[in-house]
Amino acid sequence: MNGAAKRFVLDWLTGLGSLSLLAKESVASLLTFKVSWRDFLYQIYFIGVKSQAVVIITGAFTGMVLAAQTYFQFHKVAMDTATLAVVSVSMCDELGPVLTALMVAGRVGAAMAAELGTMKVTEQIDALRTLATHPVDYLVVPRLMASLVSLPLLTTEAMAVGITSGYLVGVFLLDIDPAYLYHNMVSYTKGVDIVIGTSKAFVFGGIIAVIGCYKGMTCGEGAEGVGRATTEAVVYASISILISNFFLTLTQNQLLRLFP
Amino acid sequence: MIEVSDLRKRFGANPILDGVTFRVESGESVVIIGRSGGGKSVLLKHLVGLLKPDSGSVIIDGENLCGLNERQLLPVRRKFGMLFQGAALFDSLTVAENVGFMLDRERKLSPAEIRRKVAEALEMVELSGTESKKPSELSGGMRKRVGLARAIIYQPEIVLYDEPTTGLDPVVADSIDQLINRVRDRLNVTTVVVTHDMRSARTVGNRILMLHDRRIYVSGTPDEIFNSTDPVVHRFVNGISVPKEHYF
Repeated sequence: MNGAAKRFVLDWLTGLGSLSLLAKESVASLLTFKVSWRDFLYQIYFIGVKSQAVVIITGAFTGMVLAAQTYFQFHKVAMDTATLAVVSVSMCDELGPVLTALMVAGRVGAAMAAELGTMKVTEQIDALRTLATHPVDYLVVPRLMASLVSLPLLTTEAMAVGITSGYLVGVFLLDIDPAYLYHNMVSYTKGVDIVIGTSKAFVFGGIIAVIGCYKGMTCGEGAEGVGRATTEAVVYASISILISNFFLTLTQNQLLRLFP
Repeated sequence: MIEVSDLRKRFGANPILDGVTFRVESGESVVIIGRSGGGKSVLLKHLVGLLKPDSGSVIIDGENLCGLNERQLLPVRRKFGMLFQGAALFDSLTVAENVGFMLDRERKLSPAEIRRKVAEALEMVELSGTESKKPSELSGGMRKRVGLARAIIYQPEIVLYDEPTTGLDPVVADSIDQLINRVRDRLNVTTVVVTHDMRSARTVGNRILMLHDRRIYVSGTPDEIFNSTDPVVHRFVNGISVPKEHYF
């Protein structure tokens, strides 16, 4: 292995180690419940409330296009009324949590990295430390807690909006029988699908907050450093969401087999 | 008391501090002077544990900061107040929230008591009535005053100043110097000032240390330093560049 490759691997492993230490420190701090509730509520507002438009539009159009595509294929084999069941299970298990998380990573992960990055380059994080305040307690934990709470709620909202939109497209645009459409959706969608989706969203919430905060707190100097940290926060959070989603799907299916 | 022994620090391949040793007694007012980029701010950040040295020790009242982790450092930092070069005010908070930040976090005082202490601290830095302003609405000198109010409100034992007069006009710079002396006299704190402003160094220092070539080159009273015949010290305090530095 040449010098550059060795340095790349070493930097990557160092970054992964630092990220793990930040996650560990954040969880330890979270469990002490010393969080400032005012900051937590503000973050809930910023992550949860301000993401409404993005999540509703994403959920609605994903549900609509999924309903249309499924109908076009199922119509060939006269399975029109199963359309909403496919939309529902897809929205609950995969598309709801993943697309919501990707949209929130773009909006919130970037904002976290930019805000904390600017605080770092203007020495505000050092100022916090001299004021006997641990940056993880004050900056990371409220964001992490708010993400862990908001993402499952936003995902549930995206699921509901997606299924409703799919239903409306099926009934009013594609002319599918509404009673059978609804009946099949209810028959094939289990409570466990919602549990799978929301539990994935919980994990994704943690990924977005930890990566966003880590990139902000370790950003390079100046405007260029903040810009790079913001981009990397979105890219790394998105990749981590997609990779972890695959393993979560496998793990959850194994667990469901244990508890049918 | 601050004791720094054989402190060494490098960033990548660049050595910044190479065997820095000095001592600051309680109540003393020490100014560290040296060239821009010479490691003064890096040295100051070591005193409060914001940076970890590669080797050497920083001992505050008998406790070595270098062996402590971030959480163990928190109670030690309660002894320090620090004024940053750009004031480092929290730009999402008002002046009152900035100044009362630590008291609010400690949750030992009622909101009314915190408001009273904030008003006292702002009065001391002659900024009464600015409580509801945001840092972006303040001038450079006002921001430094607010930063100082935030650093002294909880009555620390040691106050560190990183380039307190840099970027200010001579009148405002002088008012900051007077403020540093007033804080020292009224609160009886140990003061460490990092600066390359020679007028400021003469005004606020009982003792001056010069950081040169990555270590403490000379230590003395302001008179000894300003009357020194050592060529390095003489050139620095009188602002005389060496011929190879005549770029234009």
